[in-house]
Amino acid sequence: MSAADPRLPALLPGFLAVVRRDLLLGWRRPGDVLNPLFFYVIVATLFPFALGPDAARLALIGPGVLWVAALLATLLSLNSLYLADHEDGSLEQLLTSAQPLPLLALAKAVAHWLLGGLPLVIVSPVAAYAYGLPAGTIRVLLATLALGTASLSLLGSIGAALTVGLNRASALLGLLVLPLAIPLLIFGARTVALAAAGDAAGAGLYFLGAYCTLALALAPFAAAAALKVAAE
Amino acid sequence: MWTFLHKLASPPHFYALAARLIPWLAGAGAIAILYGTFAGLFLAPPDYQQGDAFRIIYVHVPAAYLSLLAYVIMAVAAGIGLVWRMKLAHAVAASAAPLGAWFTFLALLTGSIWGRPMWGTWWEWGDPRLTSELVLLFLYFGYMALRSAIDDTARADRASAVLALVGLVNVPVIHFSVEWWASIHQGPTLVRAGGPAISTEMLWPLLAMIAGFSLVFGALLLGRVRGEVLVRERRARWVRRLMYPEVETP
Repeated sequence: MSAADPRLPALLPGFLAVVRRDLLLGWRRPGDVLNPLFFYVIVATLFPFALGPDAARLALIGPGVLWVAALLATLLSLNSLYLADHEDGSLEQLLTSAQPLPLLALAKAVAHWLLGGLPLVIVSPVAAYAYGLPAGTIRVLLATLALGTASLSLLGSIGAALTVGLNRASALLGLLVLPLAIPLLIFGARTVALAAAGDAAGAGLYFLGAYCTLALALAPFAAAAALKVAAE
Repeated sequence: MWTFLHKLASPPHFYALAARLIPWLAGAGAIAILYGTFAGLFLAPPDYQQGDAFRIIYVHVPAAYLSLLAYVIMAVAAGIGLVWRMKLAHAVAASAAPLGAWFTFLALLTGSIWGRPMWGTWWEWGDPRLTSELVLLFLYFGYMALRSAIDDTARADRASAVLALVGLVNVPVIHFSVEWWASIHQGPTLVRAGGPAISTEMLWPLLAMIAGFSLVFGALLLGRVRGEVLVRERRARWVRRLMYPEVETP
């Protein structure tokens, strides 16, 4: 490999700078990080109240309920992915920077997952236990949620970039992202449910992994294209 | 060839060309649909299993086929508009979306009506084609919602184009995942190894209906694009001359 041209900026520092900045912002304003998390826990709590305390039924619907709650919580936090950057002008700085825009969009999605998806995965065992999922299934739930929320952060970053600066962007974001997220929901929730019934979880996890890889490869470019359109 | 394409891309030329094409497409489509309807209802024998109920296939299959074709046309046109900044392509994408949504709705409706005597239910969650068709309808809704949420036409064009392309990548994934999820739908009939598994008396009306629906779709699409072009070019001289010939003398 030849030595990098010193006039060009290095890629990794730019990527890390955006991730670090977003993590720092999340640390300074913990409410933005915690609200979707509380939302997730509360939505998961609503279902037993609505359906009754029958333990067998709760164990049956648990995987689906937790997955839908995770989907909605991620959607909630996606809305603000580019909002603050758009309002304070740092989005223009990202757009005019010498770094390739897809890389920065990827950094934003990665930071979003670290702040939104990862905490959600961490609290999920408690929720899974509350729903009475078998202990062996909880690992499968965590794996599907980790892959699923990562895919959602990537997929949703396209939607967030498309709707940045629009009125009533949050309702629109759901309309754009949720239909595209249906494969994740199917494979995520069904894999956990099948694992709870004693089936192998491999196929579903492979699919989620493939989806996540595909999103990792394509979504940053789509998000970058959408950001350019929004900035015109 | 290139001059033809360049001419095609110019709105006034397209506007005039579409006006000449529409009657031919609509006429041919009407003939095909008339033949298909007559042959489908009277010439084709009843199905040995489904009796006369199978005849809804003559509306259902063309509608389902066009619901997908319209999405592909929309996404490809949007992609062309995005890459080559071709305004006419964006007009085609914008016009194809509502038509595609209607054909999707028609496919869902007829599928539901067909499901009633066959499966004993209007809606069957276990059927992957019904459910993925429903998701397709949501994709159209999202596309149209995004378009209508952006006031600036150029931004609406390009933003919705990105969405259409993302959706195009996702359509097969959605279809595959829904299929994995569950299936009680009958397998493919027309396109499969060893030729179509349908008698020729039943097949010809179906092909006629598919051709007729496609031709009518083409005529409707061209008509919509003409309207879209007029709205988009409303400040252009040729439109003003067309609309107010007495004011705008050349």
